[in-house]
Amino acid sequence: MPSDPAEPLIWARGLCKRFGDLVAVDGIDFEVGRGEAFGFLGPNGAGKSSAMRMVACLSPLSGGSLRILGLDPARDGVRIRSRLGLVPQDDTLDLELTVRENLYIYGRYFDLPRKVIRERADQLLAFAQLTERADDKVEPLSGGMKRRLTIARALINEPELLLLDEPTTGLDPQARHLLWDRLWRLKQQGVTLVLTTHYMDEAEQLCDRLVVMDKGRIAAEGTPRQLIEQWSTKEVLELRFGPGEHEALAAKLGGLAERIEVLPDRLLLYVEDGDEALAGTHRRGLRPDSALVRRSTLEDVFLRLTGRRLVD
Amino acid sequence: MSTAPQVTTRPPRGTLVARVLPPALLGGRRAGRLVERNLLVYRRTWIVIASGFFEPLFYLLSIGVGIGKLVGTVTGPGGQVISYTAFVAPALLASSAMNGAIYDATFNIFHKLKFAKIYDAVLATPVGVTDVALGEISWALIRGTIYSAVFLLVMAVLGLVGSVWALLVLPVAVLIGFAFAAVGMAATSYMRSWQDFDFVQLAVLPLFLFSATFYPLTTYPPALQVIVQLTPLYHGVALVRALDTGAVGPGALVHVLYLAVMGVAGLAVTSRRLGHLLLR
Repeated sequence: MPSDPAEPLIWARGLCKRFGDLVAVDGIDFEVGRGEAFGFLGPNGAGKSSAMRMVACLSPLSGGSLRILGLDPARDGVRIRSRLGLVPQDDTLDLELTVRENLYIYGRYFDLPRKVIRERADQLLAFAQLTERADDKVEPLSGGMKRRLTIARALINEPELLLLDEPTTGLDPQARHLLWDRLWRLKQQGVTLVLTTHYMDEAEQLCDRLVVMDKGRIAAEGTPRQLIEQWSTKEVLELRFGPGEHEALAAKLGGLAERIEVLPDRLLLYVEDGDEALAGTHRRGLRPDSALVRRSTLEDVFLRLTGRRLVD
Repeated sequence: MSTAPQVTTRPPRGTLVARVLPPALLGGRRAGRLVERNLLVYRRTWIVIASGFFEPLFYLLSIGVGIGKLVGTVTGPGGQVISYTAFVAPALLASSAMNGAIYDATFNIFHKLKFAKIYDAVLATPVGVTDVALGEISWALIRGTIYSAVFLLVMAVLGLVGSVWALLVLPVAVLIGFAFAAVGMAATSYMRSWQDFDFVQLAVLPLFLFSATFYPLTTYPPALQVIVQLTPLYHGVALVRALDTGAVGPGALVHVLYLAVMGVAGLAVTSRRLGHLLLR
């Protein structure tokens, strides 16, 4: 059944998820179009993974409506899942099997013929740079390798929509860059990506469009650039003083910036002209241990919207 | 640097079938995939499978043959006098069908459920919770059937098979395995830690010892006889013993019904509980 190309791959209205008294997802609306890379950005516990699990047909809705590939997950879960790829937060690889067997049996779960799986497994092993390790057990692989295998596994059924729950959490920088490159290639091939992350750089690198989630709700939505323009200033002046002095000194900087954010280790001054603000700081007789002028990033948007540091 | 595989979008296979067939018929259609997965794992560790055969054999040699020397003969289910070994052997077969099924359905399933997280990955595919429940139970049954077949062969070689009805022992062993695997898996879905498995032992051991396994039911006072007849392994033991000795009556159907209902109920609870645990 070919889907209407104009129809969104995911369509959610008033989506809710409750666990007893805890409201994990509190009535969110969003749409994801074909070929898009869409991100859920938010701190731990914001409801990103719960939203993702509902999209993956792994978690029944507590309220609202959801259509995936034009189908209802409550009724057509099997058909939807056959066209999705899921990279869960934990790798959930089959540790009793080898790398290649993991791909093989996963393809069998999708009812793929053995011959098709064998061909795709070879391609996917190369794609995940795991050809050398094809016949090794999964356990001794590095974190990055396991993550790449999990992604390769999720591609065995050539999904139209790939869901990635915190794809690079816990990986070292090299492993993350390799993974981003692989995801970028998939995007180039037209695979629709939906990912959750609490890494700004990841969201900026990969997402065409994203929503910032906080406490189960969507706090803002847009492209990374739009979000920065809408929710932050052009530049940011970062000032470091001695430990414990930041709270008190923030008061003395009043009027220099549109907004001042007090972090445990530094002050962030949201301004149009960072150098000008630094000069103003000096004019008030303040001598910071260090000062840095930079452009606004998504992290600043995040801080503004959720009042929290992003990576905790 | 390798090139990325070609990922194209196209309608999936099999959706037409999915639309035409009623959902009930499709329930469990993919159960075989779990069996395939277990075959893949145990292909390398077949020795673990082989070891499962020895337990009932050791019991047969020690209790059946050893103690049988002291006891001599007993009255069989049809009133005929048979050797003690011939009396005990079918009960051991029934018990080992239970033990094998329970072991697979509790320890192995708990490990896969809580630690290996096998099903979390599986359920993200078209395979559903009923497929998982049916697939794992099928695997336990396949394994149990192989043990039972070998044991039956040993019995035949030792001259302990007294009737052609014994041909039905194998399907009955599968039924016993089904009943206990389904209930065992249902129980496993309620377990929180390995400590809870002491309760499994607490349930299985008395069943093994007191289900008229080692002496006839008539040994008990009438009140106890009623209680024993309410427990599941008794029906397995009585059924296999009746088939093996040829003393088959309409009562056999009661045993079959008891075990079948037990299995179906266990399966229903298992699918519901797995859904509750994994699809939150």
